Amino acid sequence: MVQFAIEIPYWGQSLLRVVGGLVAVLLPAGGIVYLFLFKMMSFMQSRLGPMEAGPYGSLQLVAEVGKWMQKEDLAPERADVPIYKIAPLIVLLSTFLLIVVVPFGPDAYFTDFETGIFYAMAVGSVSVLGILIAGWSSANKYSLLGGLRAAGQLIAYELPMVLATLGVVIQAGSMNLNQIVVAQNDGEIFGFGGLGNPFIITQFVGFLIFMIAVQAELTQVPFDMPIAESELVSGYMTEYSGFRFLIFFIAEFATAGVFAFIASILFLGGWGIPFDWFGWDGADLGTVDNWMNVAGPIIMATKMFILVAIIMWVRFSYPRFREDQLQTFAWKFLIPLSLANIAATAILKVSF
Amino acid sequence: MTGLIVAADGVNVAQNVGFGIIAFGMIFAALCVVSTKNVVHAALWLVVVLGGVAAQYILAAAEFVAVSQVLVYIGAVMVLFLFGIMLTRARIGSEEGLNNTGWQLGIPVALVLLGLMSYVIVDTVRDTIIPDRGPAPTEALADQILSPYLVPFLAISFVLLAAAIGAIVLARKD
Repeated sequence: MVQFAIEIPYWGQSLLRVVGGLVAVLLPAGGIVYLFLFKMMSFMQSRLGPMEAGPYGSLQLVAEVGKWMQKEDLAPERADVPIYKIAPLIVLLSTFLLIVVVPFGPDAYFTDFETGIFYAMAVGSVSVLGILIAGWSSANKYSLLGGLRAAGQLIAYELPMVLATLGVVIQAGSMNLNQIVVAQNDGEIFGFGGLGNPFIITQFVGFLIFMIAVQAELTQVPFDMPIAESELVSGYMTEYSGFRFLIFFIAEFATAGVFAFIASILFLGGWGIPFDWFGWDGADLGTVDNWMNVAGPIIMATKMFILVAIIMWVRFSYPRFREDQLQTFAWKFLIPLSLANIAATAILKVSF
Repeated sequence: MTGLIVAADGVNVAQNVGFGIIAFGMIFAALCVVSTKNVVHAALWLVVVLGGVAAQYILAAAEFVAVSQVLVYIGAVMVLFLFGIMLTRARIGSEEGLNNTGWQLGIPVALVLLGLMSYVIVDTVRDTIIPDRGPAPTEALADQILSPYLVPFLAISFVLLAAAIGAIVLARKD
């Protein structure tokens, strides 16, 4: 944590971290929903989108949340009620566990976890559990089908995602997300350090695989088979209403934001700017100026919104994959490709 | 036996209290796994037990093992369990006939196992208090696996590969 002039007690620091985590998850989620789901989607479909609530409809979010909060919390008569009620919370929990390892500046992190990226991949898979039991406990065949499809898809696309990050880990020589940021901003491309060495250049294949896998993990179109509205109503979310639907909705877009944060750390240099510009030393984070703790989150947010814009752009542009195409694409194309990427990265790492 | 006392000198009290709380939760969840009347509920209680194991690893400063536990057991094994249960027999509400008729046989086995493990642990550790070393760096772990323990590591990889190929052979219809 940052060294303040006044000493903050441990409970105060913990409180600050909790508030910071809430902000880092909910603010991007709100921004994504307003900017992309309301405005960009409308623009691409030649309409205005929400315009009435607030200037340019910017208070529409508040109105929507208010609407959902006052709806009745319904459960189907034959549902397994306790599990039905806890399922959305597990999905949201996975999002909040993910943000814990994301660093926003040289000292602006929640926890400096040695195995950061490995942890992120592990807790990211917890959401599958929530989705699966949401589908089962609804006592609805459409929900169960949606849950099973979602689980099959998430398992299949988790593998290329983990394998794609492995290339970055090999190149950075660390699983700590802060060290991965430093490795990129302190690096050089053939002796030229003016740009640092963002891994999107050397790991471009890994970046593509990672973004495709993120698209599938978020069940965004073209990978929205689990919630295909024309055949499954809304998949595992069919029976949910009011506040619990809102939690699923927030979790979907908050996870998009967090995964975009992680992608920007892995491939775009994270919070950093090339250390060469200010003569900072990558081996010692203490040489990095303190204003980076303020500029870092802004840089991260910019990169995050660019990446989410790409995710949403694809979402609004393409038709849906069929179930068998979706599985074939993951197992027969993405996984072999990412294994080849790891092999190539490892060979180049050893030889250079 | 001072090593067993919660607040002896040189013992991290907070760690011991945390261990006790998590262990109690795990035991409760484990009892629920075998006593619940619904297969899916049993699987979910098992998730709680496995999550508790991960928490214990974190408490023992073994980050990498804890994360592996979450990734492998909660993220993969339990999801596959639930997937399998839900594809075959997963009725909502309670079911009869889930208990094994000879479940009483398990009690002596469990007691013998408890006695054996307590004896081994107490016999090995005796009065020594294992010092607080903080989290082990992942590189050290990798160095251990890939040099002194390389042969066992390869042997296990080979067994896993054989199991994976066997699963594919069994699942193929043609």
